[in-house]
Amino acid sequence: MKHTLSVLVQNEAGVLSSLSGLFSGRGYNIESLTVAPTIDNEYSRVTIVTSGDEKVIEQICKQLHRLIYTLKVAEISMENSVSRELVLLKVTAKDEDRSEILRIAEIFEAKIVDVSPKTYTLQIVGDQSKVQAVIELLRPLGIKEIVRSGLVAITKENQFMMNGK
Amino acid sequence: MAEGKCITKIEQQESTETMIGARILLECLRKEGVDEIFGYPGGVVLHIYDELYNCDYIKHYLVRHEQAAVHAAEGYARATGKVGVALTTSGPGATNAITGIANAYLDGYPIVVITGQVSVDLIGNDAFQEADIVGITRSCCKHNYLVKDVKDLPRIIKEAFHIAKTGKPGPVVIDLPKNVIVQKAKFKYPEKLELPGYNPTYNGHPRQILNALKLLYEAKRPVIISGGGVVASGANKELTEFAKYLHIPVANTLMGIGTFPADDKLSLGMLGMHGNYWANYAVSNCDVLFAVGTRFNDRITGSLKKFCSDAKVIHIDIDPCSISKNVNVDIPIVGDAKNVLTQMLAQAQKREHEINVDLKDKWFAQIDEWKQKRAMPVVNSDKIAPQTVIQKIYEYTKDIDPIVCTEVGQHQMWTAQLYKFNKPRQFITSGGLGTMGFGFPAAVGAAVAMKDKVVLNIAGDGSIQMNIQELMTCVDYNLNIKVFIINNGYLGMVRQWQEKIYNKHYSQTQISSPDYVKLAEAYGAIGIRVQKEEEIVPAIKKAIEHKGPVFVDFIVEPFEMVYPWVLAGDPINKVLLSNDVVDEP
Repeated sequence: MKHTLSVLVQNEAGVLSSLSGLFSGRGYNIESLTVAPTIDNEYSRVTIVTSGDEKVIEQICKQLHRLIYTLKVAEISMENSVSRELVLLKVTAKDEDRSEILRIAEIFEAKIVDVSPKTYTLQIVGDQSKVQAVIELLRPLGIKEIVRSGLVAITKENQFMMNGK
Repeated sequence: MAEGKCITKIEQQESTETMIGARILLECLRKEGVDEIFGYPGGVVLHIYDELYNCDYIKHYLVRHEQAAVHAAEGYARATGKVGVALTTSGPGATNAITGIANAYLDGYPIVVITGQVSVDLIGNDAFQEADIVGITRSCCKHNYLVKDVKDLPRIIKEAFHIAKTGKPGPVVIDLPKNVIVQKAKFKYPEKLELPGYNPTYNGHPRQILNALKLLYEAKRPVIISGGGVVASGANKELTEFAKYLHIPVANTLMGIGTFPADDKLSLGMLGMHGNYWANYAVSNCDVLFAVGTRFNDRITGSLKKFCSDAKVIHIDIDPCSISKNVNVDIPIVGDAKNVLTQMLAQAQKREHEINVDLKDKWFAQIDEWKQKRAMPVVNSDKIAPQTVIQKIYEYTKDIDPIVCTEVGQHQMWTAQLYKFNKPRQFITSGGLGTMGFGFPAAVGAAVAMKDKVVLNIAGDGSIQMNIQELMTCVDYNLNIKVFIINNGYLGMVRQWQEKIYNKHYSQTQISSPDYVKLAEAYGAIGIRVQKEEEIVPAIKKAIEHKGPVFVDFIVEPFEMVYPWVLAGDPINKVLLSNDVVDEP
């Protein structure tokens, strides 16, 4: 089962390394991890997508909280949040496939950000199911390269997120 | 009053005097009340040693290996409850310290380790004696710092000491680059701390306390497990009072030895892999388990599935990570053991609930029955039984109230079983990491901390050889340490596993020793060898009477085994009492 954790940390050297080291050292999975400063440069927001049963997720949250530079750890549920990922995807564009690619792009509101004689590069923004759908539709045409930002998420209500204090 | 004047004087100096990082470091240590440190000099920390040269407020103890410096700092911390301090140089000096740091981390004792580092502009260049200590220690310390500017140094040291000694205590590493050591700044020690992400919880949640008490009032077969957290928070008095008030038997973990008086009739003694038969049975059969300051290590739970499967579990721990990590807890109470037990006792003493002592009569009768099952020495030979040595050491030294350190192995378990401790901070042993070579340097730290006490290090012939170089440190400072070597010519605990589980294939466990008597003499200490039972007491007596380091080499029966024994992975009520007797429900 996938879980999204939102972690507010002090923006200090080595924070990311202790955080990722915690996952490798204790045998937890990281599916994706993003990190960037909040509105206040002294703090960073880390969004981690991980997997495990309830007990494992509880331990991960506690262990994250145990790090001295961690201020808040919150599990973000699908219902109470908006989550997005940005994907850059280079797909083979044979003459006969070009219009199909454009159609798919249009349906999913993807942008064509680069064109070459043999490829299209698409920029897709969406939640995990949308991103997955685009990838599956384009896969038969030949995906040459894919770069994903990892998921970021924000709660719908201001329940526990500190927007950079 | 005189003291007050002195402080004013120092405060005036703070704002005016410019000094180098090395001096600032020492001033900060003084502010934290540090007057004794353990260390070993080297290239990048020479300026610190230059400042120490004329320093009259910090005494530096020169060890013979950096690992020993850190263990000594931990021994110091364990004996006193204060923060122990170790100082090493960069590169190999710092990497040698790692085992010591990891040991303090797993057992949760407060130390601050200051390592030298190459200058900031050389970091990452594979410079001479460079090692990424912040990276290396990240997973084995509570927190670490790389100091990049001397202006940050006072704040970092204040934070380091605070983090080391509060919450669940642990080691904090400060990596100090050469250029910061020589950089100049005005010294001002910060008064306030700013650690927004670090707020340990001390008081227990009142509703959880009521819930816990309700369970304990109604329990017919309750047991308390007292762990190392009770030592760390200094909660032994509260725990003892609480257990007596509610009339609940108390088992302790290896780390919790001394937190409940061993000679009290409510004491079950140690539980776990080599714990008492009755302690393991009481815990396995209880209906309410009240665990205080323990993280339920696999050495005390055995098979997790079968551990206390019918009991309701109440767990106090200051570290939320320890709760429901291994054993599922019904009533978690995050908080400091002392605070929470004080709250619980106050609540219980309101007598809103009647405490029915008779409810537990059957339970105590059952425990008394279990108490008949004991392990005895298994080998009949004309050599001395190792258990006899430990027993005699206990009988002869109990009245002088020594600090007892051990290494790791059979001798450690026998000491834990046979030496009766009635108070905490008297027994110093490596529990979590199981570090052979810990006891001797830890004894150095304890002897420095407690100058009027006799310090024993009960050792094996394997583990004493892991940090034997510290004998020179003992001789240099004439530390009153008695090393009692239980010499069986084997790595006994490993041999024991090989005998039982690996078809008596004694692969690489027979180990030779130097002549410890001659060795002690070569170092300038006293050495005694004991081969007959009647020599045991005179040797102990001679060792204690001599003020200074003594090695006593007890030649014992090599094939003796530590019982009771629960094989790894078995439930803790499947107890081996001797080579042939397995007792299970």
